[in-house]
Parts: sequence; structure tokens; C-alpha cells
Amino acid sequence: MATEARPEQPPARASRLGLLWESAIGKKALMAATGVVLFLYVFFHMLGNLQIFMGPGQLDRYARLLHASPQLLWTVRAFLLCALAIHVVAGVQLDLSAREARPVRYQELRSTHSSTASRTMIWSGLLILAFVVYHLLDLTVGVANPGFREGEVYHNVLVTFGRGVGVLAYVVAMVALGFHLWHGVWSLFQSLGLSSRRVTPGLQRFAAAVAVILTLGFSSIPMAVLIGILRP
Amino acid sequence: MRIVLDIWRQRGPRDPGRFVRYEVPDVSEHMSFLEMLDVLNVGLVERGDDPVAFDSDCREGICGMCGFLVNGDPHGPTHHATICQTHMRHFADGDTLRLEPWRAAAFPVIKDLVVDRSAFDRIIAAGGYVTIRTGSAPEANAILVPKTDADRAMEAAACIGCGACVAACPNASAALFTGAKISHLGLLPQGQPERARRAVTMAVQAREEGFGHCTSIGECAAVCPASIQLEVIARMNRDFVKATLTGRDEAAPVAVFPRRGPAGGGG
Ligand code: HEM
Ligand code: FES
Repeated sequence: MATEARPEQPPARASRLGLLWESAIGKKALMAATGVVLFLYVFFHMLGNLQIFMGPGQLDRYARLLHASPQLLWTVRAFLLCALAIHVVAGVQLDLSAREARPVRYQELRSTHSSTASRTMIWSGLLILAFVVYHLLDLTVGVANPGFREGEVYHNVLVTFGRGVGVLAYVVAMVALGFHLWHGVWSLFQSLGLSSRRVTPGLQRFAAAVAVILTLGFSSIPMAVLIGILRP
Repeated sequence: MRIVLDIWRQRGPRDPGRFVRYEVPDVSEHMSFLEMLDVLNVGLVERGDDPVAFDSDCREGICGMCGFLVNGDPHGPTHHATICQTHMRHFADGDTLRLEPWRAAAFPVIKDLVVDRSAFDRIIAAGGYVTIRTGSAPEANAILVPKTDADRAMEAAACIGCGACVAACPNASAALFTGAKISHLGLLPQGQPERARRAVTMAVQAREEGFGHCTSIGECAAVCPASIQLEVIARMNRDFVKATLTGRDEAAPVAVFPRRGPAGGGG
């Protein structure tokens, strides 16, 4: 079977996931998969946060529960960080290559159909990234929080939202998250090949609904502090 | 009616190009858009000027040769029709229309409104075929095709390859075109033997040509004169991901036709 022209070494075999990463469609599939992970995290994070309306005791107890096992905590953190890193690097790479795909801009290109959310995914994404950094420094590490006390989550949250900039940063970021998910949560089904003309309208309604729920759910906390429903 | 045109004039691939204003004073509303340009060109030739270059062949919306933007709309204001099918009655007396060629790294301008779409041909050549049994013709009804599959395949096969999807896409992606070709073959029994391979080779070739990725924005399907549906992209993605994760090939996929050199020739 082998002929003399055949090289000795078989061609290098990239891993299956590596092959996905190297192609544009595969990269989008990985973005979709990591997007699901991040979305589920964000959703349960919101449910956890809303316990603030049940009083300081409840919220701080919940925080202690999350910290009960350092091994588990750091495993989850590492997993989420990997998902975020894959998502961000893929998103930036794809955006840069899309810019290369049209080197000469149009004088005018009319958008006839698409949503603003779909055309600004990179910007809503980068805003979320900037927010994640600030958020971790504010409420996890504490260096961006003027009155940080380790383990006293309710207190720390009220310090952040006691300041106008804190409220503004959080609400703007949650609106960006809403935009990102408004398009992202249906687009991911397209990227994974799970959508069709029969299910797409339903997926788009679902995406819009979760985007609104997450934005309002997260924003309700700074708003509640602002209007005095939650007090120190 | 009187029509004012701002037309992209570019002498050749290396010319930077610019918009030039023309006036066509005696346009009939019954003219097609391309007939209106023919009238303009007759005038230009009579004056000894260079006529405006634009592509066309069938002039009835079936060949896919024509296409440019009219005021930012690929194929003009009537969606789901080509520019050759668009008549001047859709415009008003005194309108100013800007005509701009498709813009994409993979579609270099040849002259004025004419772009080189041979990248599409190379995507087809990379996998847009089926193997057939040679010899005596088989019984026509020997292979049964479910009606919905036949319908979906026919819909996808309606793609005329005009390139409006690429032109309309903010990422200059060829996903709708490639998805249509992959769907039209992959939905039918005759297309099954190459189905997995086809999705990989055609998508890899599209990337090699310098088209962008798909963000599910949907401008492509909105302007498509053949009404190709966005779901063909989902079908391509599914075939591609499945083929990549389960394929038996030892080697990583490479483009069938390597990217053309910076000089634009060769390869
Ligand atoms: C909580 C955090 C985040 C969640 C839940 C999330 C979720 C998603 C989802 C579900 C998609 C759709 C994927 C697809 O179409 O297959 C998406 C797309 C995208 N994400 Fe995120 N994302 C998050 C953070 C970020 C960050 C920090 C960036 C920073 C660059 C980013 C950049 C993008 C981009 C650019 C796209 C569009 C990709 C394309 O061009 O199609 N995302 N995101
Ligand atoms: S010239 Fe054939 S489609 Fe327009």
C-alpha cells in the first residue's frame, strides 16, 4: 500500500478540540459552549444575590456556605475563569479577523433587519470584561471598596451602592449584559447547529426574556439601595 | 423621471477609486435598473467617456451575475429580488442614488461595480459535489426522499451565488452561501457519502478566502434575493462540529486552494 513517496511520519494529529479552536465555526461553537457555562453561572449568581432582600443574616450565611469548602470554591473559580478566558480570546480573535475581512469600508451600509445587540457583541462583551475586573476588586478582593470587611457581604454591598459611581457602574454593566444575552442566548443555538426556522422564534423570545430578567434582577439591588429599601 | 447617480468608479484593482456624480435626465419608470444604467452608458460612450462597468447576464434574477449596493442596500430597496429585477418605479423623480460595489477582502474590485467572486467558485470546488455511480442510469424512483427534505434542499439550491449575503454582512461572512450549498447537498441521500467531509472542506476554504465568521446577525438572509433561510448556517455548523469531533481523518483539514498571494495572482 505504501509507496516510496510516502513520508515516514504520519501527519501531526491535532486534538479534536484544537481543531475546533483553529476554525472559525469551531471557535464559535466553543464560544457558545463557554457562553452557556457563563450564562448559567450568571443566572444562579443572580438568584443568590436576590437573597439580600431576605436580610443581612441570610446573605452572609449564604456567602459562608459558598466558602465552606475551599477546594470546591477554587475548582469552580478555575473552571469559570477558563471558560471566560476561552470566550474572551475567541471573541477578540474573531472580531479582529472580521475587521480584516472588509478592509475597505462602505460609504453606506444600511442595516435592514438586525438588532443593535447583535452588531455590538464585542463592545457589550468588553464592557462586561471591564466590569468583571472591577467587580472582583470591589466585592471579592476588596481593594476597590472603601469600607471592605472580609465575610460581611451585606455590609460591603451597601458600601458600594452607597456611592453614585457604584450604582452607575453596576447598572451600566447589567444593561450591557442584557444586550449581550439578548442576542447571545439565541445565537449560541445557531452556532451549535441546534436552531431551525421552527424553533428560532421561540429561542429569540426566550433570549429576550432571560436578558430582561437578568438585567432587572441584578439591577434591583443597587436600585433598592438607592431608594432606601435596603439600609445598612 | 430624472435620476442622479453617485457611482463608484475604479479603473482597476490597484486604483483607489472614488464616487463620480452622473445625471440621467430621461428615465422611464418601466425601465429596469440595469436598463437605466445602459442608458447612462450609451451617453457616456457618445461623449467618449469610459462606460460604467457592472456585471449582468440573464437580467431576470436567475444567474447571480448582477449586484451592487443602492444607497446602502445590496440589490437595492426591493428585498428578495436582484438589482436586475428591480424597476425604476421603485424610485422617485429627482432621487440621488449611491451605487457601491460589494466590499470584502475576498471580493476584490475588478473595475467600477464589478468584483471578482471566484472565491465562491473555489468554495464550491472544495466540496460542492456528490459522487455518482457511473454505468447504466438507475431507476428514477429507487431512492426515496422525504418531501420536507426535498423541499428544504430545493430551497437551499435556489442560491444563485450573487454574493449579496457577503456584501450585507458586517463581518463579510460567506456563511449563508456556504451553508446553502452544504444544505442543498447534505439534505439529500445522494449527498450523504461526502457530507461530513464537505462541511469541513467548504468551510475551511471559505476561511482561507478571507471571509469573516458568522455572528448570527441575519442581514444576509434579509437581503438574499433567493430567500435562503438562516437555518442553513445552523445546518452547516452542526455538520462541521460533528465532522470535526468524530471525523476519521488523521490530518488537520487544509484549504483545497491556498490563499492567493499578495499580488492577486497564482495559487
Ligand atoms: C457573563 C459573561 C458572558 C456571558 C454569559 C456571555 C455569553 C455569550 C453568548 C451566549 C454568546 C453567543 C455565542 C454564540 O453566538 O455562539 C456570546 C457571544 C460573544 N461574546 Fe460573550 N459572554 C460573556 C462575556 C463576554 C466577555 C467578557 C466578552 C469579551 C470580549 C465577550 C465577547 C463576546 C463576543 C465578541 C461574542 C460574539 C461572537 C461573535 O462574533 O459571534 N463575552 N457571549
Ligand atoms: S443578471 Fe442574472 S441575476 Fe441579475
